[in-house]
Amino acid sequence: MDLHSIILLRHELLLTIAAIGVLFADLFVPEDRKKSMITVSLVVFTIVTLVGFIPANGGTLFGGSFQSTRMTDFMKDILNLAVLLIFLQSTGYLSKPENSWKVSEFFVLIMFTLIGMDFMISAGDFVIFYIGLETASIPVAGLAAYDRMKSKSAEAGVKLILLSAMSSGVMLFGLSLIYAATGSIYFSDIALQVKTTPLIVLGFIFFLSGLGFKLSIVPFHLWTADVYEGAPINITAFLSVVSKGAAAFILVIILFSVFKNISQSWEWILYALVIVTITIGNLFALRQDNIKRFLAFSSITQVGFLLLGVMGNNDIGMTSVVYFMLIYVFTNLAAFGVVEAIYNASGVETISGYRGLYKTNPLLSLVMMLALFSLAGIPPLAGFFGKFFLFTSAASQGFYILVVIAALNATISLYYYLKVVKAMFIDPNDEPVEKFRSTWPMRISLFITAIGIIYVGFASNIFEFIVSLAKDLLH
Amino acid sequence: MIQGIPITHFLVVSVIMFFVGIMGFIIRQNLITILLSVELILNAVVLNFLVFNRYLFPHHLQGQFFGLFIIGVAAAEASMAIALIINIYRRMRHIDPDKIREMKY
Repeated sequence: MDLHSIILLRHELLLTIAAIGVLFADLFVPEDRKKSMITVSLVVFTIVTLVGFIPANGGTLFGGSFQSTRMTDFMKDILNLAVLLIFLQSTGYLSKPENSWKVSEFFVLIMFTLIGMDFMISAGDFVIFYIGLETASIPVAGLAAYDRMKSKSAEAGVKLILLSAMSSGVMLFGLSLIYAATGSIYFSDIALQVKTTPLIVLGFIFFLSGLGFKLSIVPFHLWTADVYEGAPINITAFLSVVSKGAAAFILVIILFSVFKNISQSWEWILYALVIVTITIGNLFALRQDNIKRFLAFSSITQVGFLLLGVMGNNDIGMTSVVYFMLIYVFTNLAAFGVVEAIYNASGVETISGYRGLYKTNPLLSLVMMLALFSLAGIPPLAGFFGKFFLFTSAASQGFYILVVIAALNATISLYYYLKVVKAMFIDPNDEPVEKFRSTWPMRISLFITAIGIIYVGFASNIFEFIVSLAKDLLH
Repeated sequence: MIQGIPITHFLVVSVIMFFVGIMGFIIRQNLITILLSVELILNAVVLNFLVFNRYLFPHHLQGQFFGLFIIGVAAAEASMAIALIINIYRRMRHIDPDKIREMKY
């Protein structure tokens, strides 16, 4: 371990130190003062996030098992930023008396999950990839069951762990077939030997279904709504933004670098998946009243749009996916932040309960409106530019019919996003949610997300920066 | 290479194990047996890796390493799953997946 390898591993090492530090610090804090761990963890994680942004050159470690590029560093920074926002939003929930004794578990488990994701993104062979994936998914099941006394939360936890174990089993079966065909588990070796043979395509389909589970692409999405509804809202936000983001990043990296040679096979698989995912996500989102289930199906639809970018299969495709994910972090976390604030203050988590919110809490309603408009893709906001580049990327490969279908679905999605906005701004209500003041960390996070929603779309230098990173990785 | 046993015999066993696991995962009425089915799937995969390694690529040990890691991770997964199943039992006094349906559709 010389200095160079420490710099390459800096995200992972810092997070490990932070997580173990918080874990041990918790031992020495007396029972009645556990709440102080919230501040400690927030400060520690802010430092980790800021240090991660220091630029450094890439390289490989452990004989090619770990590869760090400027692109992977940027992906890790996006995930760090998202987790920081979630931590800021969760302070109100964690300060409740029933949670005060298990505060640091929340932070430690999320940080360990993040370590797994960082290793997964930087993986150079399938062993590191698999271990990272599991490190990223096992603690999340524990977090989904964080409200131990609620049966819904327990149900969400058990559903998540069993289904994710099964899906990773299916994925591994695919990997074993690919190993049989190519004789290697290293990305660089497999990429040279991948051909359109039945064995490799079969293995790839198994592999994609395992990863599709993590991304909740449609035939594998059935866990999403249940787990999102049962888990505490912060964990739902974590699942829908950070877990999904990490899975999307690694999907793009693996498809574009390892399975590049069989792209004519997976393009048609994805073609079908995109249509089903967007349509089913939309249809089910139409009939939801619980806001968390609503956001779950909306996030399924968003993943469908994200796959459009994957179909681009060039550096613009990769850029559009990463750029969309950056926007998605701000947009979805703004929505979840508002849901969290309202739930903590009043316990309301249904769309019908949001009626008349504008009269009592105008600022929160405005942030929610920004987030929903951005999710729907209304022009001046960032979500529009994210979708625009995804569509461009798919159209550049000649999938015009698919882009038309996606655009139609984007219009349908406008209906249910506006339904929530209508409930908040127009529908009358005799007993709206009372006026309340959210905690200051929540306000900071909502402020950051609102700025992000407005700014990232206009800042073309961000897009160009990501383009340069993608060119760096793929050439 | 094991004398007298062709590779297809191993592969038939592992494929049967895999699909018995999938089947069990879908039709079993008890969370513990569902967990067992998942273990069956993972063990089928481990067998696959070992056999491919031994028969097709005997000069490197990549498949065997992968198998070892899968066994380790499966243990971690099982412990987490059992902890959560115990949690379910404490809340609901049963572990029948058909009755765990507070949230659906």
